[in-house]
Amino acid sequence: MDEQRQPLIEFRGVSKTFGTRNILNKIDFSIYEGEVSTLIGLSGTGKSVTLKHIIGMLQPDEGEILFRGKAINKMSKAEWNEYIGQISYMFQSNALFDSLTVFENVAMPLKYASKLKKKEIEKRAMARIEQTELTEVFDKYPSEISGGMQKRAALARALVTDPGIVLFDEPTTGQDPIRKNAILGMVAEYQKRFGFTALLISHEIPDVYFISNRILALYDRKIVFQGDPEEFESLDHPFRQELISSLESLGEELTGLYSKRHFKVRYQSDLSQRRPDATYAAAVFTIDDIDRISADLGHDVSQQIIRSLGSYINKHFGAVGGFSSRQTINEYATVLPYSDIEEAERIMRDFTRDFQEHGMGGIEAAMANENKSEECVDFSVLAGLAQGKPQIEIESVMEFARFNQKEIAQFSCARGGKAS
Amino acid sequence: MAENSAVETATEPAAKPSKGFIKSFFDFFGGRTLRLNNDLGAMGIFFFRSFFMIFRIKQIPEIISQVYFIGAKSAQIVLLVGFFTGMVLGLQLYFVLVKFGSVGVLGTAIALTLIREMGPVLAAIMITARAGSAMTAEIGIQRISEQIDALSTMRIDPLGYLVSPRIAAAVISFPILTTFFDLIGIIGAWFSGCVLLGVNSGTYFYRVVASTAIDDITGGYYKSIVFGLLVVTICCFQGFFTHMRTDSFGAKSVSLSTTSAVVISCVMILVSDYVVTSFIVNV
Repeated sequence: MDEQRQPLIEFRGVSKTFGTRNILNKIDFSIYEGEVSTLIGLSGTGKSVTLKHIIGMLQPDEGEILFRGKAINKMSKAEWNEYIGQISYMFQSNALFDSLTVFENVAMPLKYASKLKKKEIEKRAMARIEQTELTEVFDKYPSEISGGMQKRAALARALVTDPGIVLFDEPTTGQDPIRKNAILGMVAEYQKRFGFTALLISHEIPDVYFISNRILALYDRKIVFQGDPEEFESLDHPFRQELISSLESLGEELTGLYSKRHFKVRYQSDLSQRRPDATYAAAVFTIDDIDRISADLGHDVSQQIIRSLGSYINKHFGAVGGFSSRQTINEYATVLPYSDIEEAERIMRDFTRDFQEHGMGGIEAAMANENKSEECVDFSVLAGLAQGKPQIEIESVMEFARFNQKEIAQFSCARGGKAS
Repeated sequence: MAENSAVETATEPAAKPSKGFIKSFFDFFGGRTLRLNNDLGAMGIFFFRSFFMIFRIKQIPEIISQVYFIGAKSAQIVLLVGFFTGMVLGLQLYFVLVKFGSVGVLGTAIALTLIREMGPVLAAIMITARAGSAMTAEIGIQRISEQIDALSTMRIDPLGYLVSPRIAAAVISFPILTTFFDLIGIIGAWFSGCVLLGVNSGTYFYRVVASTAIDDITGGYYKSIVFGLLVVTICCFQGFFTHMRTDSFGAKSVSLSTTSAVVISCVMILVSDYVVTSFIVNV
């Protein structure tokens, strides 16, 4: 399919050497319009160097970079200006001007590189500041705000010009887990809303899978993989041993939840030994309208809701040998390999009661704490159970569980923001 | 032991053949000359590109801000140094002139010394020490923290944003501060010569006014403008390319760039003072 589309940006045989150290060795990859592509790789392998080639901050020693089929080093001045005008770059170190306030930093690209009137610049900059939840610190200097806020200020500055292509150099570095997911969610949401093409550098595996259309793996000075995240999960390469396994084991220890790939591995290892007529139960949990929660209440609140649900699932279903994984941005799947459907229903009832009584209370408190504007959004949590057999594909069982989903908890603004 | 030493000596590689004095001489000085030539060329391009971006409406607030930083905030130190320089000059010249019984021309000597030479040179050196070093450090830090790269990605010309307002501000501030230096220096010399040593005040000020021609004043201004352009270009250039230094990196490179900027600026002030004076005298 990729062969049929024209890449928006294409690297052809690009090499780069600094002194005697070769960083990129004839790398080839493509980025397609309107997609989120993520460049992953070990530290110091040339990911940022790759990104800097796109904006012309570095020139390749060999090979060429094409934009819509045209080599960027052969562009006329007008073509170059048009090309570079579409690109925003978010630096790994944020590169905020420390002598300017957050507002002045965000407004800077509009003030000096556009012909907009002062009021329009203020309006646009403040809109981005609000969207990145920096309203309270808009008049503070970068040194007066936290690292996470600095990151969001840099993100706001990168997005203020409504760019066609945004290059994110490790946007989640130094963030706590909630903000990290909030930033990735924000990138995904803005990408959907504005339709820009995004190229991220990230180490947040597997979190970036949820927002990426395409994964590019840079290893030993070469691009060793480019394709969709599903294909990447089955990549048989030393890179996987060095990076993916370690990160996934760590994630598992910290959260109790499995990555999608480990979920599948565990499913196969647990159920392949069972008799063909043995049964097990599977559950799928979904938070509806997560996009609206993110848009109205902010990404931090939406991430807290998602994490809260995940921890309650792990608490109840993990205790009886179940294992769970986050499948999409707002969906969890759980397999209970040693439980039949009746036992699963009983556990689900206990889970529902506990989640309604305590889980939703925690979410309500988090919303009150984070949501200073006192806005409220109705949402509900759905859950469905299905019975599976070892020879049936897990995807089919999960689809059936989705079909059986019903509301198990609701957060209603009409009842004064009470859960039921 | 002695045998071992003999063996070691025998196995040592043969010494490199000598290049010869002439070749070494040209290698050393030729390389330096080429590097100097490259640096001067780069600095020239750096200056002209920045200079032509001064004439844009959006620069006005930035220029005002830089005039405040280079000009207003340097005024105190320039006034202080000017006053004491004048006092010392008054003192020294009094004891020279008194030997010839011509203390009456103290005003003439003070006015011409300060307005033609000492005012522009010392004011420029003081501004270099206070504002020039700060410019190099600020731009250097912006370079190593990728703020200058960020400007390029935002389609903001770093030279137009960082250097042009400073050049414009220097052209405005240096002559004004030189004027302050001259005036306060004349007052300082009056204080030491007239108040402390008893020279007649009326004679002193009459000589100051009568012996100062308009060419002396404009000559001083020409010098201060040349010094301003040189100081800002050298200081900004050193900060802007701090990451290109081969002898150090990071914060250390900023500190060395700041030192280099001040030293080169001071030397260039004195060298250019001679050159400009030659032109003024010949004209």
